[in-house]
Amino acid sequence: MDEAAPNGRPPADRAALDARGLVKRYGGRAALRGVSFEADPGELVAVIGPNGAGKTTLLSILAGIVRADDGAVHLPRGEVGWVPQQAALYRRLTVEENLRLFARLEGHDDPERSVGEMLELAGLGDRRHELVARLSGGNQQRVNIAIGFLARPVVLLLDEPSVGLDPRQRARLWEFVSGLAGGGTTVIFSTHDIQEAERYGGRLLVIADGERLFHGTPAELRQTVAAEAPEAAERDFETAFVAFLHHRGH
Amino acid sequence: MRWLLLKDLQILRRSPLQAALLVIYPILIAVLVGFALSRDAEKPRVAFLNLVPQDTPFNVGQEEFDIVGARSELCDRIDCVRVHSREQALDKVRDGDVLGALILPEDLVDKLESLGGLNPEQPTVEVIVNEEDPVQERLVDDRISTLLAEANLRIAREVVRVGSGYLDLILNGGDFSLLGASFRVLGLAPAAKVLKAVRTELPPGPERKALDEVIRFSDLARENLTLANPILTSIAEPIKVDKEVISGDSPPLDVFAIAVAATITLMFVTVLLVAGSLALEREENAFARVTRSLVSRAALLTEKISLGIVAALVVTLLMLAGLELFLDLHWERLHLWVVAILAGGAAFAAAGAALGVATREVRAASLLAFMLSLPLAFLSLVPSGAVSGPLEAVIDVVAAVFPFEPALDAMSGALDATGPDLGGPLLHLAALTAAYALLARLAMRRFTAV
Repeated sequence: MDEAAPNGRPPADRAALDARGLVKRYGGRAALRGVSFEADPGELVAVIGPNGAGKTTLLSILAGIVRADDGAVHLPRGEVGWVPQQAALYRRLTVEENLRLFARLEGHDDPERSVGEMLELAGLGDRRHELVARLSGGNQQRVNIAIGFLARPVVLLLDEPSVGLDPRQRARLWEFVSGLAGGGTTVIFSTHDIQEAERYGGRLLVIADGERLFHGTPAELRQTVAAEAPEAAERDFETAFVAFLHHRGH
Repeated sequence: MRWLLLKDLQILRRSPLQAALLVIYPILIAVLVGFALSRDAEKPRVAFLNLVPQDTPFNVGQEEFDIVGARSELCDRIDCVRVHSREQALDKVRDGDVLGALILPEDLVDKLESLGGLNPEQPTVEVIVNEEDPVQERLVDDRISTLLAEANLRIAREVVRVGSGYLDLILNGGDFSLLGASFRVLGLAPAAKVLKAVRTELPPGPERKALDEVIRFSDLARENLTLANPILTSIAEPIKVDKEVISGDSPPLDVFAIAVAATITLMFVTVLLVAGSLALEREENAFARVTRSLVSRAALLTEKISLGIVAALVVTLLMLAGLELFLDLHWERLHLWVVAILAGGAAFAAAGAALGVATREVRAASLLAFMLSLPLAFLSLVPSGAVSGPLEAVIDVVAAVFPFEPALDAMSGALDATGPDLGGPLLHLAALTAAYALLARLAMRRFTAV
């Protein structure tokens, strides 16, 4: 799916999202320490880092659910779609009813048309009348993302979208997400899976303990890892990445 | 907001067991509570063994006491189950057929009559209670003790009445019959008159002086015996009850029972439904998505409270309609019922929202709602003065901050004209609705934690 990633980055003034110096504290603990990054239209940005790095906090701030203690987020145009880590769906409603409810809440002029479009986009037209509770985890996640995309946002935030999915479900999920990005939507997703980030992320944002460690393409990360942890450079990327984090004191 | 309300109703429809439980459970509780309260007015079943020979007259002095009337009056007050032996009475109590047994011994009347004679013997009746159940024992003890106290009072009054007759005879004189023979008693007052007449004919001297002493004694005895009558009356009934109701509009017991049943239904439906529904938003991870930009938190809270009010109105009216099969309800007061249900439903729904905010799962919310509302409701039913001062103060506070008591007052007032005024309870419920809604709204900030 590498072909879904943009071949070249647009100029900075065309960034779909620009976050500067984001700081968030929970009590005495700093969850984010001045994290900055930007994302271009149609770009897939992977936010990676160990548990507790601040990935979910960062996405929540971008989504407007959590207020940053300091810093700023610039969204030049359009809406931000947010897809939480766990499917935010009503399991006792059908796929169609979930989509219709959120389309109505979004204030769509023609909710039925929006429902039809999302069902087609998610490839769930034949399961529209099924209760969400009866869907597989992968299909639930597709509905989850479809709801996040209902407002046709310019930026779509996905918090660990592939957690708990089997390889086949993951492949279908990324096909769907890549399709959205191919249509011009900027997708920012968090993940634990380094290989997934490398494969689907046009750019990677590495954070640990709330601190930004890296922001660049996968190839640039490989170069950085090789430079900072040469002893692991010849091994698989995940091992090299762990060595890189270790060198940075995490 | 209407789409969220529609969604909640759809979810409720998709959970038939939950929906059925939500309706059946409170109605079941309500009916049980209603029966429990109204049963208090029923007569307890007591085995009654009368060993006094039939047609034995019971005379106090010269007067015959109406023992047949007293016996039938006793059986009007308790459900007398006739038994023919002490063993049968014991069996019935042991088997639980009756709450207790009352046995009148063979010599009861003889001993009662001896109270008016020179060798009084205290009569005794036997009461048998199954002590395996302390509540049952207490109930029967209380009923029989009350009945015997009333019987004692009536007999004492009769004895006093007869004694007063004797005193009057001694004071004023009259005819007295004993063993079929009639006697003429002069009496102290006529005797004093005779003595005073004789005195005028006696010359001064030792005989007249002695007669003066007899006249003085006669006057003194008459004056003191005149006082004996009210003293005897006060002994028979030392404390006279003069009941005056200074506050409270107490409705009839059946109306109160219906109000309790309706309020419990109202409470369970709204508190459980709203707490569960709000917790569902978190359990389904939908809260943040819904409130991020689509619906404000205040609107979501309003929707949940509205859901509770709608459900409360439907279920409570259904329950009252069901009770109509057994009791006569004042349907002309329907508009007042609706007002009371809406006000009570709003307060309970707001309380349910505050509870729902505190939990992340529907099960936890339902359990919390159940565990809190049931004891709080029962605390609100504890009558004032039934417990010690500090505990009563605590109960008063609980009753004031939980909507059950004002909702019960509102329902009582709405159901029957003899109930409390609606104004106070409705204001109380409005204040509680505002307070709990504010609490829930403030607590919703917790939902943003990631």
